[in-house]
Amino acid sequence: MIPLSAYVAVSAVLFATGLLGVLIRRNFIIVLMSVEIMLNAATINLVAFSHYLESMQGQIVALFIIAIAAGEAAIGLAIIIVVFRGKISTNVDEMNLLKW
Amino acid sequence: MAFVFFGYFAVVSIVAGILTVALKNPVQCGLALLALLLHVSGLFVMLNAEFLWAVQVIVYAGAILVLYLFVLMLLNLKTDDRYFHAKTPYLLAPAAIGLIYLLFLLVRSPFSGAKGDASTGAILLDGDAHAIGIKMFSEYLLQFEIIGVFLTGAIVGAIVLAKTPKSIETRRDA
Repeated sequence: MIPLSAYVAVSAVLFATGLLGVLIRRNFIIVLMSVEIMLNAATINLVAFSHYLESMQGQIVALFIIAIAAGEAAIGLAIIIVVFRGKISTNVDEMNLLKW
Repeated sequence: MAFVFFGYFAVVSIVAGILTVALKNPVQCGLALLALLLHVSGLFVMLNAEFLWAVQVIVYAGAILVLYLFVLMLLNLKTDDRYFHAKTPYLLAPAAIGLIYLLFLLVRSPFSGAKGDASTGAILLDGDAHAIGIKMFSEYLLQFEIIGVFLTGAIVGAIVLAKTPKSIETRRDA
């Protein structure tokens, strides 16, 4: 029997990787991919707790997370296309039109 | 046997996650993300969540990742030299120390709580999809409808954003 803390540890490492990716990468598409890594880490946590506490709620919320990730990817990629069309690169350092 | 599979899925998903963040070419990052998603779905199978495994493979690896790769190929990005933040070396050491401390706390903490009614035997009786469906369409019906409205709004928003805007002259004529 694999202990629950093993799944939680894997999830924590994945979440930290995604967070680091959001912080250090400069390409907007890679930043969005790192957000997907973080969402996956949260999903692993939910499903693991759902299994070990014998409740169905975790899996339901995991399904909702996957749906929200799909919406986030669609909107994020549309924003990238709009920004790229305006001859701005996908480097997040150069996207500062709305900066005050 | 379960330990072998868990170790395989865990190690490969972590390595793929690190590769996604660290690789230079965006297309290679996308392929590393694909490996990560597939191995995370393997972890779902080990947790008796077969329906979520199918959803992960179809929606994540099949739809979302293809969308990412499509946009990557469409934009044809050149890999520039400074693809990391300038202060990355200063970030790595605090991140590693914080992560090790967090793992130390997580492994030591006793996770427990009130058990629900969906034990492994009860789920295996009718299958995981059946159990999720019964729960989803009884207790979580409102949330399900909200997600449907949200997805419709997201799709409409994405189309409106990505549409080629008309020039001002043609807009005045109309």
